[in-house]
Amino acid sequence: MKNIFTLLLCLLSTAALAQVQKGDVLFKNGTVLTVTNGTMENTDVLVRDGKISRIGKDLRAPRGVETVDIQGKFLMPGIIDAHSHIAGSAINEGTSQVTAEVSMEDVVDPTDVAIYRALAGGVTSIHLMHGSANVIGGQNETMKLRYGTMNPDDLRFEGAPRTIKFALGENPTRGGRSRGIQPQSRMGVENMLRNSFAEAVEYGKEWDAYNSSSDPRKVAPEYDLRMQTLVDIMNGDVLIHCHSYRADEIYMLMKVLSDFDVDKITFQHANEAYKVAPELAAFGASASVFADWWAYKLEVYYSTAYNAAILTENGVLTSINSDSGELIRHLFHEAAKTQKYGDLSDDQALALITLNPAKQLGIDSRVGSIEVGKDADIAIFDKHPLSVYAVPQMTFVDGVKYFDLTDSKGDKRIFVNPESTISDIMIYERHEDHRCLEDANMVNFEDLFSNKK
Amino acid sequence: MKMKLVRTLITALAFLLIVPVATFGQEDDQVLKARGGKFALTNAKIYTVTNGVIENGTLLISNGIIEAVGTDVRIPADAEVIDVNGKEIYPGMIDGGTTLGLAEIGSIAEANDFRETGALTPQMQALTAVNPNSVAIPVTRVSGVTTVWTMPRGGVLAGTAAAINLFGYTPDQMDAGGRGIVMNFPSTAGGRRFRRLSEDERKKRQERALKQLNEAWDKAELYAKIENSDEVRNYPEIEALVPVVKGEMMLFIEANAAKDITGAIEWVKDRGYEKVVLTGVSEGWRVAEEIAASGLSVITGPVQAIPTRSSDSYDAAYANPGILQKAGVKVAIRTMEAENVRNLPYHAGFAASYGMGREEALKAITINAAEILGIGDQVGSIEVGKKANIFVSTGDPFETATKITDLFIDGYKIPMTSRQIRLYDEFMNRTPGVDKSKSAINIKKK
Repeated sequence: MKNIFTLLLCLLSTAALAQVQKGDVLFKNGTVLTVTNGTMENTDVLVRDGKISRIGKDLRAPRGVETVDIQGKFLMPGIIDAHSHIAGSAINEGTSQVTAEVSMEDVVDPTDVAIYRALAGGVTSIHLMHGSANVIGGQNETMKLRYGTMNPDDLRFEGAPRTIKFALGENPTRGGRSRGIQPQSRMGVENMLRNSFAEAVEYGKEWDAYNSSSDPRKVAPEYDLRMQTLVDIMNGDVLIHCHSYRADEIYMLMKVLSDFDVDKITFQHANEAYKVAPELAAFGASASVFADWWAYKLEVYYSTAYNAAILTENGVLTSINSDSGELIRHLFHEAAKTQKYGDLSDDQALALITLNPAKQLGIDSRVGSIEVGKDADIAIFDKHPLSVYAVPQMTFVDGVKYFDLTDSKGDKRIFVNPESTISDIMIYERHEDHRCLEDANMVNFEDLFSNKK
Repeated sequence: MKMKLVRTLITALAFLLIVPVATFGQEDDQVLKARGGKFALTNAKIYTVTNGVIENGTLLISNGIIEAVGTDVRIPADAEVIDVNGKEIYPGMIDGGTTLGLAEIGSIAEANDFRETGALTPQMQALTAVNPNSVAIPVTRVSGVTTVWTMPRGGVLAGTAAAINLFGYTPDQMDAGGRGIVMNFPSTAGGRRFRRLSEDERKKRQERALKQLNEAWDKAELYAKIENSDEVRNYPEIEALVPVVKGEMMLFIEANAAKDITGAIEWVKDRGYEKVVLTGVSEGWRVAEEIAASGLSVITGPVQAIPTRSSDSYDAAYANPGILQKAGVKVAIRTMEAENVRNLPYHAGFAASYGMGREEALKAITINAAEILGIGDQVGSIEVGKKANIFVSTGDPFETATKITDLFIDGYKIPMTSRQIRLYDEFMNRTPGVDKSKSAINIKKK
């Protein structure tokens, strides 16, 4: 009986996967930036059924496979943004300081035109994150930018590990203050983390006792998705991505996690990570940072644009993210800033937006470099992508083209909100573009936590 | 004689010890100060902006100004010679719109001084609130930006903006001379992300603001006629507008939606004011011909921005400066930043890549910006007699990896340091590092 169920489940999941289109294509004569294996000139890359099948010279296109001439152009792995809030119809579940039970998978908006704009910047995967209103936030969703579908499930990065958002510092303490509850200080943040994990340990023990009991009359403990998620974290099944800025709070979380035997942690933003780079390296923690954003709040006042370079040189796995529907469109340029601020090599700089974020999301066996067997998530540029003059030409996900410069003009929406009008004009203000921070900076917390919104 | 030799040796030794540190950062107890004097920069590729490129040139700085430039410059005996070894020299970059010096930490109201309460506050002086010791100022200038337009925001008539040079210990030392009234043209565009208004509400809001605005300017025009009579009483917000009415002061009109831009152009025509600049102009590409026909200059940006409408092409903001420039509009580029004005060359670089071309984009952040801000006689190009606001770079300053190696503002040689660089120096190889045997964060690896 159980086997039949499993078989059924397998069939169902295959059916779901079949929705996702896979492409075949041969890229001819490009400069291939592999990230893991240096730069290869005049090289061809053959894609079969959505995977990179061969890399070499003078490859011939199998029958029916389209050839794309990329002579004089640069081919790199699709860019991965480890911190994004595009394509999410909600960001914060702020009703409690611990909301591990909610997940961004339920609020994916496949129609967000920001997806197309990210593709136009060479981005192929994003980590759609919960906001930073609470200490233990919701679970995130790792996605591929397969724009054009109305089905949110088509955007899922199938097989990607689960991840969860934590948040330290000003945002959760501000939330505590606005509601008159803990935490209102960084002490309270630590306490809340320790209490939550301690409670989850007890919860896990109850279930272990039940599962190992041979007493058929024993009643199962009450199932609690919030607690179970924390147990999953402690079992290593869910990766933590923690919104953090100051060195002291980064250090604090490493101590808390070490007490609960959790070793998978990426510090997000982490503007002061450079101050504890040796500790991060020793712990095996990684960091996903801005290239140069700072001073938008007190906890990022003591930042340096050399953060990514200091971390990299100290052996910390580091990525550069956007947290913005604007920055996501030029992460290749953001990565290049580490050459001005800290002299990183081309491969080091490119890894910050490809292989390294892939590792942080646990998807590096699938994406993040140009290697045979990996997914054909590929970005093509006219100039070296670390040049300010580089213009993305084409972007492929699973070997399927989702962006082509020659057909990039005009309205690319796949869904037009009937409530919108022609005069719905939003003048871009960079300071209003931090969607993760918006809860702290732009929105009245009374509104955020009330049901009015 | 021997004593002199010893002293020379000591000096040389000290020089050897100090120089490697001083070139990039500084030690705790060592303060690097700007130095005035005569400087001759030799073996340089000089981008004058207004007179082409000089290969193997020399630039002579004296008394704060560019005294000579060319391939045949006589170097005075008392000038400090700096061989830049083939590197490039450019006029300092000029950002046509910032809140630098007025905003220190974004989220803290007490650290922001660019917004005064009330809709009509044109007499508010940005220069007054400029903090010469803002941490962001050295962070900005070591990237080659030497002058910015720092502006009040909010309301209908926000205040008086000022052009400042990014070195000085008082606002007056930083004052670059330019001034202008900042006016936000009443907009029909949507609200902010969380303050969306209905079309009806927007229209009402716009009409109310326009009425308020016109009443103020009517009063200013009347005031200009009777200002020498006994009838006039103290009326600072109206008095501040009088120089604009008389054509003695510039008016900067912020308009972004296409309808607002054309509305502003009509408004200016009706009023007949002479010294007017359009700012923002996000949707300028929709009405480029109209703007060109109006003869008004434009300060546009940020270039790295999301298009104003979800139906727009992804690159609308990147392409906007080039479209305006090609239509015949004089264009300057701004970042609208405080702490990240240092990214000005990248905004210009993106404009260059998406249609404007490198040469015009360089003008947009040098000579065009200077002329539009009314300080073109002093800065914006490398010409004899202009203020010595220049930088030396390892290459094209738009290219991300390029480094700025030397910087002069007002003829002062500015130390190439900032808090961000000092933090790098301190933390790149932190001492002590981590003692793995005594670590508080050891875990049992699973």
